[in-house]
Amino acid sequence: MAKTQYYVPVGPIHPALKEPIRVEARVEGEKIVEVDVKRGFAHRGIEYMGMKRNAIQTLYLSERICGICSISHPYAFVVTAEKALGIEAPPRAQYIRTIIGELERIHSHILWLGVVAHEMGFDSLLFWTWKGRERLLDILELLTGNRINYSVFMIGGVRRDIKESHVKAIKDMISYYRIFNEEMKEVFLSDPVYKARTRGVAQLSKKMALELNAVGPVARAAGVRMDIRQDIPYDAYADIDVRAVVPQDIVGEARGDAYDITMVRLYEIDQSLDIIEYCLDEMPEGKLMAIPNYVALLAKIRRTQGEAIGAHEAPRGEVIHYIKFDGKRDGPSVWKVIAPSYNNINTWAPLLLGAEVADIPIVVAYIDPCMCCNDRIAVVRDEDGRVIDPATLHRKAVEKTRKLREELGVRT
Amino acid sequence: MTPETLIYAFTFPVLGVFLGLVYKGIDRRFSARLTSRIGPPIRQPFWDVGKLLLKETVVPENAVAWIFNAIPIVSFAASMTLLLYIPFGVLKAPLEGYGDLIVILYLLTLQSLAMAIGGFASGSPFSSVGAQREMVLMMSYEMPLATVIVGFAMLYRSFSLTTIASTPVWGVAGPLAAMGVLLLLVALLAVTPAELAKLPFDIAEAETEICEGMLAEYSGRNLALFYLSDAVRGFAMAALEVVLFFPFTLTDIFNLGLTGTTYYAVEALWFLFKVLVIYLLAITLVRTSFARFRIEQASKIFWVYVNIIALVGLALVWLGV
Repeated sequence: MAKTQYYVPVGPIHPALKEPIRVEARVEGEKIVEVDVKRGFAHRGIEYMGMKRNAIQTLYLSERICGICSISHPYAFVVTAEKALGIEAPPRAQYIRTIIGELERIHSHILWLGVVAHEMGFDSLLFWTWKGRERLLDILELLTGNRINYSVFMIGGVRRDIKESHVKAIKDMISYYRIFNEEMKEVFLSDPVYKARTRGVAQLSKKMALELNAVGPVARAAGVRMDIRQDIPYDAYADIDVRAVVPQDIVGEARGDAYDITMVRLYEIDQSLDIIEYCLDEMPEGKLMAIPNYVALLAKIRRTQGEAIGAHEAPRGEVIHYIKFDGKRDGPSVWKVIAPSYNNINTWAPLLLGAEVADIPIVVAYIDPCMCCNDRIAVVRDEDGRVIDPATLHRKAVEKTRKLREELGVRT
Repeated sequence: MTPETLIYAFTFPVLGVFLGLVYKGIDRRFSARLTSRIGPPIRQPFWDVGKLLLKETVVPENAVAWIFNAIPIVSFAASMTLLLYIPFGVLKAPLEGYGDLIVILYLLTLQSLAMAIGGFASGSPFSSVGAQREMVLMMSYEMPLATVIVGFAMLYRSFSLTTIASTPVWGVAGPLAAMGVLLLLVALLAVTPAELAKLPFDIAEAETEICEGMLAEYSGRNLALFYLSDAVRGFAMAALEVVLFFPFTLTDIFNLGLTGTTYYAVEALWFLFKVLVIYLLAITLVRTSFARFRIEQASKIFWVYVNIIALVGLALVWLGV
């Protein structure tokens, strides 16, 4: 007897999703036999908006790309812009940037731990972790004046100093999170129900992670030793020996499942606390901005012709920015952002195939997806203003390449 | 049917709905306090029902409309009838002469079955997956539930709940049988969250997976009826556990010389207190401290572990009788 197949649409609006994306799953009983992931529901044209503004305005616009890791995009932006402009932030500013970046990593990881617990119906854990996270947000508010969009970075430095009076509060917070993180490790890694729901779920092999271009904790959980902070160090990371946290260093083997990714994130919190502590102890004295005058900075941007690619290791993986200054305007003439979720969403379809319906929320949550980081599509129109579909675009590209080859006399 | 039975038959459902909703409110509040939240006021479930009754009832286009609309009524009727079979403290159950533990077992099943049928009838994929899960879950927890009831029948040589309530089980059973009854209690407590579709066994409704499953398409009046039947069933299940395992009255414990209205009022409050304790321990505490299982994990838990506990309990009762 043929089994009845159901078509289960998850999204664009679904309790498991906090932002719009669509997972179309065909299920037989509980088993998923066919899956398709569709994206592009949250296009906001933020890059286009950035290209119409000056660089400082664009920097604060970049903070609005993502709601959770609102420092990741400005961090990548300032690193890239400084590279393109040929300026370097003062050492003290670099250390402050690193501290804020790491604070944000901790709060993002704790947030994720709560979300993944919620996805499996463990709401008590969600409330507990989010309650624990509050203290970090308080510290961020103390340092920057804001809890979400900090507006503290600047091209060539930072806008606020970490004073002596702040240091004690941060150190208190570090000792609080050392204990809290031990408790979290105990709860998440030893809880039999959590283990039963995550062991073997969303299992990504090292080979698959490399093939699918997974980044960040997702790749690290699969055993791929990659981390921008380790591979292309910038700011204070250059002075610190940051090593990518991989499960094989912790328990001897990497299985790449949702349990491993929990472990990686929990140990990354410890690593971040170490980095913050190091930065506080070794913080150099000095000024905060390379070019303190905004008018002078914008004038320099207007004079500069250049382009650069810069990256920052966000809590979810690597954020890559490309900026081009054309020497005519005080803003970027081209600004392109690549967010980590874009790579990591590719892992959904192969992982969901053959999985159970009950695993959909965990597979969806384990990469910590961020749709608003993601959806910045490009629409190409022809001479008559009609949108060109992907197939036509591909055909035209192939035709153009052939034409070029013929003109240049290149044989294939 | 005596006039007394008739009065009971009218007051019990009203009281049942009221108490069910109050207990639901306390449950939500207690759960919130356990997770460092303030929680909604205890009267929130009343407002919820009121609001649902005012809302429009939507029937999906590809649903089998008459089944879809009839099922909430069946479900509500089943839980109401269930209430009429449970002796309320020292009061007799209104329908005590017309059925026994077996009927209670059927009524409990009927409600789950009704929800599964409603899920299939709504024609939504989420509901269908939810209904399938409910059926699997039902098949898993029915066996330990039946074992508990058989254990009691073996002990009392009767299925009558009033007989069981009037003589506490711990006085009837010998030491060996008492151990067996203790195991049966553990098994019944494990079955309770599954029977009431609460965490960790709310697999059929799993909000983050299948958007409340069988209830996904229900709205307005229909959803209000499901909400009410859920509230009543929660109260009835806790009351059933009290009646089976903790039927001690205050008069028995302290030898109080109470008579008349005072006697009934004190015993009723004592009964409500016992039900509340069981409700909070077996439902609220469990649903606050567990993650949701996958369906095959839940089946395994019931078929293997809970079944073994129940069967060992039954064997001990059999040896001890």
